[in-house]
Amino acid sequence: MNQVIDYHAILPELILSGTIVLVLFVDAFLKERSWFAMPLALTGVVASLIATLTLVGEHRSTFGDSFVVDDFAVMFKLFFLSVAIVVLAISLRYFRDGGSYQGEYYFLLLTSFLGCLMMPSSRDLLVLFISLELVSAPGFLMAAFRKTDLRSNEAGLKFFLIGVLSTAVMLYGMSLMYGVTGATNLAQIGVALAGDLEQGKETLALAAILFITVGFGFKVSAVPFQFWAPDTYEGAPVPVAAFLATASKAAGFAGLLQLMFVAFPAQFEFWTPIFAVLSILTMTIGNFVALQQRQAVRLLAYSSIAQAGYMLLPFALVTADQAANQDVFAASTTYILIYAVMTLGAFAVVTALSRESRALPISDFDGLAKRAPVLTVAMTVFMLALAGIPPMGGFWAKFLVFRVAVERGGIGVALAVIMLVNSVVSIAYYLAIPRAMIFQAPQRERPFASPVLVTGVTFVAMVAVVAIGIYPELLAHFPPLSTLVGP
Amino acid sequence: MNAWEESAISIATFLPLVGALVIVLVPKDKERLVRGLGIVITAAAMVIAVGLAIDFDYGSGAPLQFELNTRWIPAIDARYHVGIDGISLPLWVLTFVLSFLCAIYTWRYVPSPGKTKAFLALMLMLETGMAGTFIAFDLVLFFIFWELVLVPMYFLIGIWGSENREYAAIKFFLYTLFGSVFMLLGFLAMYFRAAPHTFDILELQAYGAGGGFTRTFQLITFGAVALGFAVKVPMWPFHTWLPDAHTEAPTIGSVLLAGIMLKMGTYGFVRVALPILPEGAQAYAPWIGLLSAIAIVYAALACLAQKDLKRLIAFSSVGHMGFVMLGIATLTPIGINAAIFGMVAHGLITGMLFFCVGSVYDRYHTRQIAEIGGGLMQKLPYLGGIFAFVSIASLGLPGLAGFWGEVMALLSSYSPAGVLSDQVGLFRVFMVAGGIGTILTAGYFLWMLQRVNMGTVPEEWRDAPFPDVVAAEWVSWVPLLVAIVALGIFPRLIIGVTDGAVESLMRLFAG
Repeated sequence: MNQVIDYHAILPELILSGTIVLVLFVDAFLKERSWFAMPLALTGVVASLIATLTLVGEHRSTFGDSFVVDDFAVMFKLFFLSVAIVVLAISLRYFRDGGSYQGEYYFLLLTSFLGCLMMPSSRDLLVLFISLELVSAPGFLMAAFRKTDLRSNEAGLKFFLIGVLSTAVMLYGMSLMYGVTGATNLAQIGVALAGDLEQGKETLALAAILFITVGFGFKVSAVPFQFWAPDTYEGAPVPVAAFLATASKAAGFAGLLQLMFVAFPAQFEFWTPIFAVLSILTMTIGNFVALQQRQAVRLLAYSSIAQAGYMLLPFALVTADQAANQDVFAASTTYILIYAVMTLGAFAVVTALSRESRALPISDFDGLAKRAPVLTVAMTVFMLALAGIPPMGGFWAKFLVFRVAVERGGIGVALAVIMLVNSVVSIAYYLAIPRAMIFQAPQRERPFASPVLVTGVTFVAMVAVVAIGIYPELLAHFPPLSTLVGP
Repeated sequence: MNAWEESAISIATFLPLVGALVIVLVPKDKERLVRGLGIVITAAAMVIAVGLAIDFDYGSGAPLQFELNTRWIPAIDARYHVGIDGISLPLWVLTFVLSFLCAIYTWRYVPSPGKTKAFLALMLMLETGMAGTFIAFDLVLFFIFWELVLVPMYFLIGIWGSENREYAAIKFFLYTLFGSVFMLLGFLAMYFRAAPHTFDILELQAYGAGGGFTRTFQLITFGAVALGFAVKVPMWPFHTWLPDAHTEAPTIGSVLLAGIMLKMGTYGFVRVALPILPEGAQAYAPWIGLLSAIAIVYAALACLAQKDLKRLIAFSSVGHMGFVMLGIATLTPIGINAAIFGMVAHGLITGMLFFCVGSVYDRYHTRQIAEIGGGLMQKLPYLGGIFAFVSIASLGLPGLAGFWGEVMALLSSYSPAGVLSDQVGLFRVFMVAGGIGTILTAGYFLWMLQRVNMGTVPEEWRDAPFPDVVAAEWVSWVPLLVAIVALGIFPRLIIGVTDGAVESLMRLFAG
């Protein structure tokens, strides 16, 4: 078969790959000025972003339909590249002042983002697997990047072991799925599963779905597969933790959305209860453990676990009704996007503080209101948004999930009530950092020095969160979220 | 409808929020400018509000005036629908008046630890949230405004409160949030049950009145929505956040909390819960009545046991709101009129009481009744006199504002609405309980006055150079004192406004 490659469709990935190679050379040839890797990486990301913008509204597929560019893919690509810009911005001073190998770091970071970029286009089990590994494998190294710090080593090792385990489970599921359906293309799997399966194959298919779900459960840190996350986030460099909590997690969700809505929709009666249980456990345990946290990054880690529970909830609401599924799909996707903005903002503030406090206990935020008023207001906005208090963006994310849950009725209402109670509980810990910043007396008097780039992205994120909160219709101007679902 | 009429109430409502942003941008050292701006902004908003109240067509049968209904979030069918009717007008105007008086009070008193800019900015945000709640006619919009008050009030209590402020602030936040999330769930349920789906309060009212919602649905949804409102009112037994919040809050926080925020809950019952879910209201009315009767008696007994002056006033709020809820529970026009009158009167009187207690604390630096030790009348004759006057207004002396709300509520519970004809006996028991409550209320207020106002000045305060009522206090208090007398003598000032809207709303329950 003569393959014609659609180069326009893979242009963003190509540009990023080129940049990755260039960045790798920086360390070798520009030893004295290796921070130069960051502007170089940034240029590549922006170029890739522009290339992605040329794909808006397009529908292309290449490599035998295993790589598809559609509204869903473009939206996620734009999102990942924006996240990349933010992560790069908060990385510059952190790594430049930290004395690490900067070229190497930016190389790894961009490689991870390359995986993210491919993820929403992957409509084939194999490509999906490659994308996922491309996201994770550099992540193991980045988590352990503070080589002299034992915690960082622990972070990398834990992440690596759990990551490999989950990959193995998922890969096993994928191979079973291939055995049952004889296809690796998601759409073809969907057709095969919707048809009549023999008795034995039916069971095998369900087992495969279960294994794949478990594998992704690790990636999105759903309970009971979450225990690596807090240790890894805490030990990893803060910008890496920001990456893991947002882009890496969103990539997991992008993959999960495609699998569940394209490949496995016919078996929804089997997997919706699984997601219901996962969702309840994840949000409840995430929230209640978060209440105990005294360290900022760990608190954000448990927050991100709890939030994953909210994002998983819509999966439990899928029915045979395609129109309703579109809303369900949109609710989950919107939640992921808004969550990432809020969380990135919070991590940016933590990055700023990490310059004067390595261990980052919450008490180190004491009195920051006096020393860094803008960061304090921003952090308060992010925390209230994560808790879902209007008029912040996070409210609408929750609102959309409640909305589809109530519309679903029955189990949906029960899930909504559990989520509501969880949201109320969460405010208790989300207010912990603002409380320290505003109510406590400062420990130091000297003015707080925050890198310009970090303050900048924090401010932009804050404006975005408030803007979405006041006029959520902004999100409706994105390409239709539901292109994956429906007739 | 010209553009001004359409946008005027929105301008008045959002003016404080814009003002808050302006104040944040003023340099820190311009202290006078910040306080001046606070007064100017609240004054401008109040002028618009009062102007609209004068412009309001009281004889009109139109359901809403100054209405604006435009697209906001088409994706979820939420619209920016605002307007004013007889029920919301008094509360809406009260919001602006009280906020303005608070801004004047702040000219002189910014509670420790200062930070005037942040203090006024939060107060102005609060004002927008409160005012918006009373004009929103879309449930999503209503919810946003409703929640908008949480954050500013949390920080007002948490930063400028007294010793136990952090605990009180988080308790207030969690408690209210807990109630309101169930309210949101109820709103969504109504949205999906109505055909066609809508968040519009008027459309839902028409749908509910036409019997669109099944009885079971109404029972469940009313429970969810009422929980949100009940926590805010607060009804017994959801009141425990209130004494803490009031005791710890700065004076301005207490005034606005008691004066307006509590009314959001009772207003929610009248605006949303009753008309949209009439069968639910009917089923829950005896229970609401029971909780109200308990609240009245319980609060009075609790007041008798208080040692802290501010906590005593806070508990008295629980009792007064009990009368308001009792009026609502009767589902009669008189009861609802009584409730709205009671809300306004309580806003004026209890707001004023918190001003007095704040000023007493400012001089004595204690709120313990025993430590003040009596002799307030001798030491500070004006302050003592005003305090006595307002306390007596609060206990419901005829001729002052506090009287009408209570007596009408009791009156209406003698003969509740036609749909409650089975429970007449029960409501009469509530009436008796309420009557006992008024006696106890008189008892604890008079006893309080006896301990604080009467007697001789204790040794330790005799030479203390306390100033009597100062200019900023006079300016912010006189309008309230005048209003308390005026409403006492001319109750039609409120009832004349509300009656038309209440009558048309309550026709449902005539039975």
